[in-house]
Amino acid sequence: MTDLTSLTLAEARKGLADKTFTSLELTDAHLSAIEKARVLNAFVMETPDQARSMAREADAKIAKGDAGPLAGIPLGIKDLFATKGVRTTACSKILGNFVPTYESTITSQLWRDGAVMLGKLNNDEFAMGSANETSCFGPVGNPWRREGSNTTLVPGGSSGGSASAVAALLCMGATATDTGGSIRQPAAFTATVGIKPTYGRCSRWGIVAFASSLDQAGPIARSVRDSAMLLRSMAGHDPKDTTSVDIAVPDYEASIGKSVKGMKIGIPKEYRLDGMPAEIEKLWSEGAAWLKAAGAELVEVSLPHTKYALPAYYIVAPAEASSNLARYDGVRYGLREQGKTIIEQYENTRARGFGAEVRRRVMIGTYVLSAGYYDAYYLRAQKVRTLIKKDFEDCFAKGVNAILTPATPSAAFGIGEKGGADPVEMYLNDIFTVTVNMAGLPGIAVPSGKDAQGLPLGLQLIGRPFEEETLFSLGEVIEQAAGRFTPARWW
Amino acid sequence: MSVDAATVRRIAHLARIAVSEDEVPHLQGELNAMLAFVEQLSEVNVEGVEPMTSVTPMQMKKRQDVVNDGEIADDIVANAPATEGHFFLVPKVVE
Repeated sequence: MTDLTSLTLAEARKGLADKTFTSLELTDAHLSAIEKARVLNAFVMETPDQARSMAREADAKIAKGDAGPLAGIPLGIKDLFATKGVRTTACSKILGNFVPTYESTITSQLWRDGAVMLGKLNNDEFAMGSANETSCFGPVGNPWRREGSNTTLVPGGSSGGSASAVAALLCMGATATDTGGSIRQPAAFTATVGIKPTYGRCSRWGIVAFASSLDQAGPIARSVRDSAMLLRSMAGHDPKDTTSVDIAVPDYEASIGKSVKGMKIGIPKEYRLDGMPAEIEKLWSEGAAWLKAAGAELVEVSLPHTKYALPAYYIVAPAEASSNLARYDGVRYGLREQGKTIIEQYENTRARGFGAEVRRRVMIGTYVLSAGYYDAYYLRAQKVRTLIKKDFEDCFAKGVNAILTPATPSAAFGIGEKGGADPVEMYLNDIFTVTVNMAGLPGIAVPSGKDAQGLPLGLQLIGRPFEEETLFSLGEVIEQAAGRFTPARWW
Repeated sequence: MSVDAATVRRIAHLARIAVSEDEVPHLQGELNAMLAFVEQLSEVNVEGVEPMTSVTPMQMKKRQDVVNDGEIADDIVANAPATEGHFFLVPKVVE
């Protein structure tokens, strides 16, 4: 029997249905892989007992013939998702040993469909970061290294644990969240597939909030098909999230292998940056050629406000974060640092509980919302956001079905290499992905090739609202042409 | 626009984050780097543009005004750092 951890989710589903192996065997194989890969620091909590008990339950259901679509599939859960009875921290000291008494909507849907939880995955503190370096549990290692080098690289962020665990074959798929690129950038850095669905497609209920008008959950998976299977279970209307949209969830998997003939693919000229590595430029043209060979039509499009997306994001996201994170006061849950007065207690708790990046963003957010600055910063940024969204609408109105761009401006970099002197250097990682959050659109990152040092690179496809199916069809074309990439094991 | 040391202290207080004197210069530099970065938004013509309030064009959903949750006081205080019965304990706030 081949190593059970090397299967795709779709292959594992078939093996389970054919009784080639049990969910308990599949789960044990992954638990043992997790144990051997602790150096990657992808998991912040392993839940082997719960995993085995969920696997036995799934096996019983499979035997009875009433298995759900993800029955017996072992998954990792980003530590931003509340899991009942299992510590949830957002990788922040301020949540301490918070143990939710409730389950997030998304994870409850995964368990409803039979999935098995292996544990909780590392992420940037409150999902603020692009390298998974701001976690209170320490950085995550990328299973990929430069050829001939022993330097540990970052897996991207904020869903760094999710991407690293999926790439290192520690789980068959993982939940993730994306506020400015936190699913797609780590997916690109680790040769995994990550989709951020349309804003409103997945419920945000029970996910630790960062910037509520931008946050959206999605899966990181080993293949485009796997990501389609996972999204189907994660998506859906939830009355507990007023921004969740009441539209039926399609069978996303059915769009895999559908012809893309006649589809109009936009190539936005503003995404061609000065100083962009030639390899990324080349990968982008290759991706376009693959889609053309599959029958799609390529058109140059213009998204004139692209360059303003990142600065506008760094007003809107911190503003919303400063408001969302006001709840961490040391009174109702989490860490408490004593103070002589209640105000002093708040200030000490938040100084000690929040890491440097979170403190910085909360302060910027507080500033741009403060009296006298609201109009100059926040209101202006929200107007720019309207213009960014309109750029995409104009483009789609001309018949463009999807837009092809690079996923990131570089491949993975070393731990501690970026953002030390200037936080903006780190923020530039999200330059190609952040526009999609600002406009609420769906975007998928698909592994597409490697750079000269052997590191994976990804392409991004941006779709019309609620047309994730188009992204799966196009993503499959890229995956078929580029092949799949697995890192050589060094851990 | 840029912030001075006094403004950094004021923001920190508004954000309820204790900042020691020796942290101020460093924070001031970082905040000013971010403000310099977002400064480019001032070149965008936003005249007559509506600020975005909802990224998906949808009516705000409304719920029935009924009680559908509750009786979970034990759950609510389960993670609190200090409680007495079903109450959160805090330092004295009223003289």
